Amino acid sequence: MIETLEIRDLHVEIEGKPILRGVNLQINRGETHALMGPNGSGKSTLGLVIMGHPNYEVTSGEILLNGENILEMEADERARAGIFYAFQRPIAIPGVKLADFLRHATTNVRNPDRKEGEDLIPMREFRAELKEKMGQLRMDTDFARRYVNDGFSGGEMKRAEILQLAMLQPKFAILDETDSGLDADAVRLASQSIAEIGGERMGLLIITHHDKLLEHNPPQYTHVIVGGRIVETGGPELAAELHTKGYERIRREHPEASEANDKNTEVEPAELAGA
Amino acid sequence: MTQVLEKIGFHEAGFEALMDSLTQPEWLAEMRRDAWAKFNRLPWPSGRDEEWMRTDIRMFNLDKYALGNGGTEAFPEGTLSEGVELSGRLVTVDSVPRVSELAPEWSKKGVLFGPLSQLVNEYPDVIRPHLMARTYDSGVDRFAALHAAFWSSGSLLYVPRNVVVNQPLHTLLALSDGSADLSHTLVILESGAEATLLAESCSLENSSGGVPGGFHCGGIEMIVGPGAHLRYVNLQDLGHGVWQFGHQKAIVHQDASLQWTVGALGSRLSKVNQHVELAGAGATSQVNGVMFTEGKQHLSYHTLQRHAAPHCRSDFLYKAALQDNSRTVWRGMIKVDPGAQKTDGYQRNDNLLLSETARADSIPGLEIEADDVRCTHGSTSGRVDEELIFYARARGFTRKEAIQMIVTGFFQQVFDRITIESVRDALGLSISRRVREYE
Repeated sequence: MIETLEIRDLHVEIEGKPILRGVNLQINRGETHALMGPNGSGKSTLGLVIMGHPNYEVTSGEILLNGENILEMEADERARAGIFYAFQRPIAIPGVKLADFLRHATTNVRNPDRKEGEDLIPMREFRAELKEKMGQLRMDTDFARRYVNDGFSGGEMKRAEILQLAMLQPKFAILDETDSGLDADAVRLASQSIAEIGGERMGLLIITHHDKLLEHNPPQYTHVIVGGRIVETGGPELAAELHTKGYERIRREHPEASEANDKNTEVEPAELAGA
Repeated sequence: MTQVLEKIGFHEAGFEALMDSLTQPEWLAEMRRDAWAKFNRLPWPSGRDEEWMRTDIRMFNLDKYALGNGGTEAFPEGTLSEGVELSGRLVTVDSVPRVSELAPEWSKKGVLFGPLSQLVNEYPDVIRPHLMARTYDSGVDRFAALHAAFWSSGSLLYVPRNVVVNQPLHTLLALSDGSADLSHTLVILESGAEATLLAESCSLENSSGGVPGGFHCGGIEMIVGPGAHLRYVNLQDLGHGVWQFGHQKAIVHQDASLQWTVGALGSRLSKVNQHVELAGAGATSQVNGVMFTEGKQHLSYHTLQRHAAPHCRSDFLYKAALQDNSRTVWRGMIKVDPGAQKTDGYQRNDNLLLSETARADSIPGLEIEADDVRCTHGSTSGRVDEELIFYARARGFTRKEAIQMIVTGFFQQVFDRITIESVRDALGLSISRRVREYE
């Protein structure tokens, strides 16, 4: 059976303001989808809503994992069900070592029925695996002893997200601008890493402005989101077009969505700044 | 003084009964009488006093408590000593010594360790010059006077010149429900000596299953001689019905160092004065504090880093996490005397509020009378950030696990400073056990 993540007519608001206005998307496990769109189009919102961020209100629609609606599930339940979101802006957790954080996370995700307080993966076993994965990603093992994202550079944060992706091996992963803040070489390495750690076994939704991250993870599908709606879906050539020519044609052909998009960018400086 | 006392209340007849029961040198009897007279002269502290305006003790009733149950109850092992090879061990239950051990290799070298009330008769020459001399003022408030008049049992650690006790000593003070404990701690390190003392206090479980109450009115004095090094850990895990009052002071002499770690988890209300005096050039002190409060607990710490000599360094870090309706007060002062040039003083207090109804008052202060010094201070108070919780949950942590981890991380900076593994583990575990789930 092919595993699927399906978004059906998803409407989402934050503080009463509509952000997503009827998103439809189906990802099969093993496929790579690119999600592109101008600032304020709702890309990050879609990722965060799939992950279960509590600040967004789903007003209608469904998110189905293998046919089962996950909207009532908390973020940790979704993580244990096999969903992963690589944060555009990862959060620092002072005083918590990345290795300790990942050991706990890996234990929970691999044993979805684990109760609080039950044993974690044995230290020795975990360390060996972490070391192997860090080697694969060409990361210094000292990195794991640093506090989670605390004082990390933009590039380090993104690499730490990829390391977590590698350890957690989700069924479906949303990578939210995992290339932003990286230089060209670093993006190439990230792209290669995602492929190497088994990205092809996952269902990937790659949110990006560029085509570099897609180099080693060629998408079967490219979706364009404008004003909270997917207005066009195509193949890899669509990603290339948007990368070289921008959104002019899309805007022209979808004036209503573009107008909605512009309204959101005006009132959402945070997303504008981050995108 | 291991005999079982009749119950002795804190009044004139009780004081006379105590004096009759004690075997002690005359100078000590005189000190007690003097303190008792002070107690009778002094008023109870009130909200009009600057130090007490945030700490309400109107519900405290001294008449409810008495000394000397002569407890025979079983006592716990203690947590600070877990997995630690000890050189000595002292356990008291309701001020009655139950275990007093010191490895022969150390007694042969002249180390003294045991109940202060016994050793004061055997080694008055060692004890008299220090006991309640420069490091304890029985006139500072009514609790201090009461303590100086009624103290019993307690503990003494004396380490002679250049003796390095390389394994920790451990004291456990247990209090049964409704009892009073007025034990006194005296630590004397002669020049060049070194020691680590792990002290913990706890309440015995209440047989009826209720919250253990009681009255703990303690005093701690530490004298760290020239070039000596003392590590002292004090873990307070008394029952949540216990009233705790204490005056604690250390003097650190020339080129000596003190590392003083406080873990405050228990009691209904604590009002503690913690004072470190750097009395000789080149002395250093490091004070670490870990507090966790819940329910209606109230912990009030008044700390003083006194620089009385030049070229001294004092480093102070208190961190508190507060749950439910609990409250902490920290009022800290770095005081630099006119001659204390080249002082390096630092104080910091961080508070993490785990509920909307918890409250942390943080009041740093500097009083500097020398002109060539570096003194810095800071304090922060804030809630757990929901974005941190979401990030952890997105990686599979439950909300409770996420909060536990964030709280542990919050304390990591102070744990990193604590060089004794058993202490880090005991504090870390006690705290993560206490963290509950919050929406």
